[in-house]
Amino acid sequence: MNWIGAIFMLVGAFFFIAGTVGYIRLPDFYSRMHALGKADTLGAFLSLLGVACCTGWTLLSLKIVLVAVFIIIANPTSTHAIARAAFVTGLRPWRNETEAGPQVEPPDPA
Amino acid sequence: MIPPYDSVTVRTVAKILIPLIQVFALYVVFHGAKSPGGGFQGGAILGASLILARLTAGPGVSVHYLPGTSALRLGAVGVLIYGVVGLLSLFGGAAFLDYSALPLPGAHEDELHAIGIEAVEVGVAVAVACVMLSIFDDLAPTERPYRQGR
Repeated sequence: MNWIGAIFMLVGAFFFIAGTVGYIRLPDFYSRMHALGKADTLGAFLSLLGVACCTGWTLLSLKIVLVAVFIIIANPTSTHAIARAAFVTGLRPWRNETEAGPQVEPPDPA
Repeated sequence: MIPPYDSVTVRTVAKILIPLIQVFALYVVFHGAKSPGGGFQGGAILGASLILARLTAGPGVSVHYLPGTSALRLGAVGVLIYGVVGLLSLFGGAAFLDYSALPLPGAHEDELHAIGIEAVEVGVAVAVACVMLSIFDDLAPTERPYRQGR
């Protein structure tokens, strides 16, 4: 059980590192939300699941699993709310200058 | 009152999470004597859940959660619970908030301590939650600062 927990925590740490690299490397708000919103949710979820595996079948591990479920529900929702608020208030997504694609126009802030 | 949040996802998840947060707040309040937590922390969680309802559900729903000035009044009731428990032990012949002198017949001193602490914690939790909600209501705008929808 300890080994399963350690593997879970290592995979969770990998997702945390991937999310942090995305946060540092990506150019604008939306792509950073894109990187962190998913990677950090999964990283926290897997880390907590690993901790729950290491504590064994106790009330404590049940509480940790409940925290993990809470995170996996609440974290994407808050990401959605923040990104939506940014788009509605008129923050434009980043475009590559050399690539003349169709612009995504956010609605005018009233 | 703020209009309902214009996103089905946020509204639904808030609808699911608000009761869970409130149950967790009660757990923190009533388990505070034996583990980390207590009246202030549980009250803060309870107030946060009520504020989440205010932010997402809109006036049609969140008006049921302590509308108008009733939050402030219930906060005063929380302070009253605290003070009454303290004064009861004072009338029992001991110092303010000395739980061993609570006038409850047939209770052991340890039980008196537990009952007194929990009563005070409930008072603190009610006061903190309601004052948080009241401050939020005073500061909150009546409409969202940007146009909703697309």
